[in-house]
Amino acid sequence: MTLTVENVSVRIGGRDLVRQVSLEVAEGEMLALAGPNGAGKTTLLRTLYRARRPTRGRVLLDGEDVWRMPAGRLARRLAAVLQESGGDFELSVYDVVAMGRTPHKRAFDGDNAADKAIIADALGRLDVAGLAHAPFDRLSGGEKQRVLIARALAQRPTTMVLDEPTNHLDLRHQLDALNLVRGLGVTAVVALHDLNMAAAFCDRICVMDAGRIVALGAPADVLTPALLAEVYRVDAEVVIHPRTGVPQVSLRTGGSRVTN
Amino acid sequence: MIEPTAGAVLSARRPGPPYPVMIGLLVLLLGGAVTAAIAAGSVPLPAGQVWGILLHNLHPALAEPTWTPVRETIVMDVRLPRVVLAGAIGAGLSVCGMALQALVRNPLADPMLLGVSSGAGVGAVTVVVFGLSVFGAFSLPIAAFLGALAALVAVYFLARSGGRMTTVRLVLAGVAMAEVLSAVASFLVVTSNDPHKTQAAVRWMLGGLAGTTWTVVWIPAAAVLLGTVALIGVSRPLNLLLAGEEAAASLGLDVHRFRSALFVLVAMMIGTTVAVSGAIGFVGLIMPHVVRLLIGADHRRALPATALLGAAFLIVADLTARTLIAPEEIPVGIITALVGGPFFLWLMRRRSK
Repeated sequence: MTLTVENVSVRIGGRDLVRQVSLEVAEGEMLALAGPNGAGKTTLLRTLYRARRPTRGRVLLDGEDVWRMPAGRLARRLAAVLQESGGDFELSVYDVVAMGRTPHKRAFDGDNAADKAIIADALGRLDVAGLAHAPFDRLSGGEKQRVLIARALAQRPTTMVLDEPTNHLDLRHQLDALNLVRGLGVTAVVALHDLNMAAAFCDRICVMDAGRIVALGAPADVLTPALLAEVYRVDAEVVIHPRTGVPQVSLRTGGSRVTN
Repeated sequence: MIEPTAGAVLSARRPGPPYPVMIGLLVLLLGGAVTAAIAAGSVPLPAGQVWGILLHNLHPALAEPTWTPVRETIVMDVRLPRVVLAGAIGAGLSVCGMALQALVRNPLADPMLLGVSSGAGVGAVTVVVFGLSVFGAFSLPIAAFLGALAALVAVYFLARSGGRMTTVRLVLAGVAMAEVLSAVASFLVVTSNDPHKTQAAVRWMLGGLAGTTWTVVWIPAAAVLLGTVALIGVSRPLNLLLAGEEAAASLGLDVHRFRSALFVLVAMMIGTTVAVSGAIGFVGLIMPHVVRLLIGADHRRALPATALLGAAFLIVADLTARTLIAPEEIPVGIITALVGGPFFLWLMRRRSK
């Protein structure tokens, strides 16, 4: 599915968190969203999965305004992996993943064999099947993150929005999770802080700063020392990995560099 | 790529008996509670006779009458309506408690939280103290229901702003409304000079089912039955509420509209039941927790179980209330509070660990 962001602005409490952002994510493309804290990444993502209505502009999924379709219709096509918000109800891991089937169900519908197979598959792919009946609230941060990715998978979406899906994961599970999303072939927008991961897994990187897009393109074109100095205020070198051809960012330590 | 391991480890089923067995046990428990509550009283009846009379009245061919007509009257017109009402109210308060806990996403929420029962209290006390009888025998329940509805509307609009209803505001508005209305009810009771009226009002506020006849049973029983079916129908959205507002929205729930509709449904159910029983505390707090400990938090499984357990609990509590110091009756609200208070504290300490 093609995801189109058209001139989206979000103004909350007198502050412009997102300013006139336009971008298009092609069918099957994986787009990384990067930028410093407070750049507006999460706010922009929230307009995609209907958590925050844009003050101006539109978000289109295959040409259809996501804010004008019923919530259930969007959830059958687009799944979001959010930062975990704690509960206190002892829902089991299985219950949490099973929620992913909700958009496909009507009142009084039970989970049929197909639903159960989808839930089992999602649990297995994220390596959390052994935790199926553990209480979700007692898991570690990384385990919770994998469960929430499994829930999004159980939605069987064609488009995915992921907000920092790997920040609690160890290296192995970071690779597994991003490989998994890549392998699904879905259209995906992923907020990532790790630029090397973004460069290795995503087709394009979109860099935001102060609510605006400051760079958008292939990793090798976007990740330049000049841009990193301007946006992140760091002194960095970018080398192309000799074997994979992927740009690698390495930082010079020693405090932040003040530009101009 | 991750190798799919579908189904391989899923045999790790939830510990404890399977769900149908749990429901079967709860049905047996409810059956036992009903039998005991009908059998016990100033004229004790054997359990076999209780069921003989019930079956005979269901269909005459099911049991041969071997009992006196007086006993049949005791069962059918005195004890059964009271047991049915206790069961309906216990089930209603319990499923409402569970729905409210999901609604405000706080496991310590209770039907008394919304100020609805305090509103019912003001309505009922007004009728008792001023001796109003506009609606004849139904004056008290109707006034109580109107009081509950007024409190509901007030809390609803206080908690809403700009089309949104945040849980914090809902809880604060409910608690404040409950306090103010309790004060009003207490003021009316204290300033009434007639000791009989004072006693009647206090008894109502403590909650009780004494003198129940079939005429007052039908409305709350129907409201609880329909409301419970409706809540089971929305058990998937209720699960989503537990995941948090943003996650629920991303999973296709129109959160604000659903919360508003749920609030109205639950408040109507509470209003209808509290109108006939008075405020019976803690049932709606305890039962959902016991059920979650037994079979988990998934509302599709937990709601039916909560209804059964709540019905059984209040029937037994009411049985205790009328037999403990017979022929005197203790208001059933005192029994539930004596059981519920310590449970609440235990729960609070357990959670804070």
